[in-house]
Amino acid sequence: MSEAPRVALFVTCLVDLFRPSVGFAAVKLMQDAGCTVEVPEAQTCCGQPAYNSGDRKDTIAIAKQVIAAFEGYDYVVAPSGSCAGMIMRHYPELLEKDPEWADRAQGLGSRTHELVSFLTDVLKIEHIDAAFDGTVTYHDSCSGLRELGIHDQPRKLLADVEGLHLRELPDANVCCGFGGTFCVKYPDISNRMVGNKADLIVETGAETLLAGDMGCLMNMAGKLQRDGANVRVRHVAEVLAGMTDTPAIGEAPDDGVTS
Amino acid sequence: MSNDRETVLSSLRRSLGRDGPVDEDTAAKLRARMVGHARNTVPARTALDDEGLVELFQTMAEKVHATVSHVPDMSDVPDAIGEYLRGENLPSEIVMAPDETLDAAPWADNALLEIRRGVPVESDQVSVTSAPAAVAETGTLAMFSGPAHPSTLNFIPETHVVVLPKGRVVKSYEDVWDAIRAQAADPESGRDGQLPRTVNFITGPSRSGDIEQTLLLGAHGPRRLHIVIVDGE
Amino acid sequence: MSVSTTRNFKANAAEQLANETLRAALTKSKGHFTDSRAIAAENLPEFEDLRDQSRDIKDHTIENLDFYLEAYEAKVKESGGHVHWARTGEDARNIVLEICKSVDAKAVNKGKSMISEECAINDMLEANGIRAVETDLGEYIIQLRGETPSHIIAPAVHLTKGQVEESFRENHTHLDPDRILEEPPTLLDEARTILRQKYFEAEVGMTGANLLVAETGSSIIVTNEGNGDLSQLIPKVHIVLASIEKIVPTLEDATTILRVLARSATGQEFSSYTTVSTGPKREGDPDGPEEYHVILLDNGRTDMIGTEFQEMLRCIRCGACMNHCPVYQSVGGHAYGWVYPGPMGSVLSPGLLGVDEAGHLPNASTFCGRCEEVCPVRIPLPKLMRNWREQEFEKHLSPGAARLGLGLWSFFARRPKLYQLVTGIQMRVLARAGRARGRLSSVPLAKGWTKYRELPAPEGRTFQSRWKSGERPQ
Repeated sequence: MSEAPRVALFVTCLVDLFRPSVGFAAVKLMQDAGCTVEVPEAQTCCGQPAYNSGDRKDTIAIAKQVIAAFEGYDYVVAPSGSCAGMIMRHYPELLEKDPEWADRAQGLGSRTHELVSFLTDVLKIEHIDAAFDGTVTYHDSCSGLRELGIHDQPRKLLADVEGLHLRELPDANVCCGFGGTFCVKYPDISNRMVGNKADLIVETGAETLLAGDMGCLMNMAGKLQRDGANVRVRHVAEVLAGMTDTPAIGEAPDDGVTS
Repeated sequence: MSNDRETVLSSLRRSLGRDGPVDEDTAAKLRARMVGHARNTVPARTALDDEGLVELFQTMAEKVHATVSHVPDMSDVPDAIGEYLRGENLPSEIVMAPDETLDAAPWADNALLEIRRGVPVESDQVSVTSAPAAVAETGTLAMFSGPAHPSTLNFIPETHVVVLPKGRVVKSYEDVWDAIRAQAADPESGRDGQLPRTVNFITGPSRSGDIEQTLLLGAHGPRRLHIVIVDGE
Repeated sequence: MSVSTTRNFKANAAEQLANETLRAALTKSKGHFTDSRAIAAENLPEFEDLRDQSRDIKDHTIENLDFYLEAYEAKVKESGGHVHWARTGEDARNIVLEICKSVDAKAVNKGKSMISEECAINDMLEANGIRAVETDLGEYIIQLRGETPSHIIAPAVHLTKGQVEESFRENHTHLDPDRILEEPPTLLDEARTILRQKYFEAEVGMTGANLLVAETGSSIIVTNEGNGDLSQLIPKVHIVLASIEKIVPTLEDATTILRVLARSATGQEFSSYTTVSTGPKREGDPDGPEEYHVILLDNGRTDMIGTEFQEMLRCIRCGACMNHCPVYQSVGGHAYGWVYPGPMGSVLSPGLLGVDEAGHLPNASTFCGRCEEVCPVRIPLPKLMRNWREQEFEKHLSPGAARLGLGLWSFFARRPKLYQLVTGIQMRVLARAGRARGRLSSVPLAKGWTKYRELPAPEGRTFQSRWKSGERPQ
């Protein structure tokens, strides 16, 4: 491609509201890889909360809003497997019978990617210059893994990060118990699931937990911290972009975080 | 009771978007599909020659805790069985299927074996049957009910010994179906042969994992399944 | 229909989560099922193709189910068997009772049958003075304990061996109380001896059917113990209780499905006993039942056909979905409150009981997708659960507070400028509240979250507001 790819960032509501630094890390990664990145203003949410609660009408309204706001770019990239999956897999399904929107949904879906797989599979990045001292373990978020096949890509990029030692998390592919509204509708069950996950994370002895989805990360961070565990939680983009000066998820600004 | 039949069928047809049964064209196609009984994918592991199939059969059967031995000829069968029972510390009273294959072995020559032919009773410890076919694909014996084959012989005694002429090992389950269809087929009407009342596919001894997933043999059926392959046949 | 407590799912689940014995039992079983299945799938290169073919066979059959049911019925009659049609569970009970009375049955030996659970057959038999004897080891154990199965193929998976020992000691009172009974082999031997006697005592044997074959009028059962075989060969009458969607067209079709069934269920290539039964005993057969009755059950299935839930009828009852489901593995099968637990139960139960009765089940899922990943007939379970949620939403069955909260979210999500205004303020408030520790332990309206977790504090201004004011990464 002779021209720099024009990428629209789909921030995702959780990154926008809770952890903008992930958004900036995503932008940095893509800019360093030669993309121009824009952030369409008329974005809020991908519609999963409405979708998974059975509110099809609102979901479709939100989907159309997203499609309209994000048309005209070479790519749309989201730092989240579940949001990307929503746009890529579910928007086309939701609108397949709509004569005006079916193609538009198809079109957007085919140009949308989750962040890490965008770097490896589309931009064909083999190596990222980053450094991060310490042991890390990685949780595979369900949508990213099962809807989008994201598994090898983050591990490939992390393997090259200087100083980083990756320890595989047992049952990495088992749900952390977030599930959107599930974690607040069925808190007891969610707690058992995230409790199992937290125990396994602690057992790896890793200092840092990484994943590609804020929902999972906030859920696991929240549990680890309630348990008093000594594990820092970050989005994988932060490590790849070398932007780990910020406090980890749920950490106070002066918790001695240096990397 | 025929009341419910019509209710269920009409509810079904309504749900399928029809007023009545499928049209004649469709019915003909469906009938043809049934009668044609085409094979779906058969695992490639069965693409072996005869020797290979017997080896595969044995490997698979032993994996599921059946034991397998070989004898050169039917005449060696009674002694081989006697030896097996002695080795396992089992009684030499046997209840045996009154079938032709077993008729050919010289049972009278082995003085220690006490044989009764027919249906087993609760107190029988050891049964001996032959198998009409064996499926190499999964190490499985195919047993058919019939006048000379009481099916309860496969289940009641704790030890089941099966005499298997080597030539009866086939590749897959599909081969067993084809053999049955051909065997009892009616040459006049061209109709496939009917299945025996009971076809038992037996893959290893009886087992259960119901107590803490601990694999235990001999839940209700036999605890031991011993297969004697007759190489000369 | 047997009694359901699916409405009480949350309370049931809470109780089960507190059950440490259950937790120990489930921890033991979980890895076993998932690892075994993975190994079995790897050992069969054709596995994915066979899954596709199994799905297609089921879809084709359901599309033409009336044709195949009639073809099947004709073949059963031709082989000397009887076919009875039951619209509801009550009809099935009446038919079973009539057959039992016709031979003056005092006892019925039962192979494992989830349909018999669905129709509450045992309760009916006991109420009519007929002993229902469960012969499957797991079913026998739970029968002693007065419990229902917690898994569709491993009914006693929720029990530890200690609990089994306790039940045996309590019930097998004719045996020496000082006997050693701790280890599984001794437990098995004891059960085997007791049930062995009972095999010879019943006039009627009842089994389910994993498959019914239209081509030959046969019923197929799959067991590891051989109990289903002893139950059908020895008594005078063999009753097969099967729901209508168990039909497949040919023996070859049945074989394809059998190839994915045991592998998905327990990781075995084939179970110890796969038995194909066709009619009563033939002339000259030295053993076998004199009468063969098949009861075809509808009980709501014809109503699921032609709807968005039709795919659920592909289910071959392997149990892989619940073996891989993190929710099932946390709460166990009894929490689901009815016959069918786990993901398949979460889709099937609302279909058979109604979504107002069983609505909790499809909601108690994170849509992690593991169930769909392992389903041998590729049922899109999360999608079907979402479809139930849509039905609930349309019927206003979801709890008011949740509906309101989501309504508000969607309202704002559809109005980006307003959204950005409101969230901009809110996040800054939360950020300030959480600044000192970086997180919040208690937040108004977020008790569901903070009951067990800290809530990470927002960083401060939203990404969009920072981006808009020109902030860019260094």
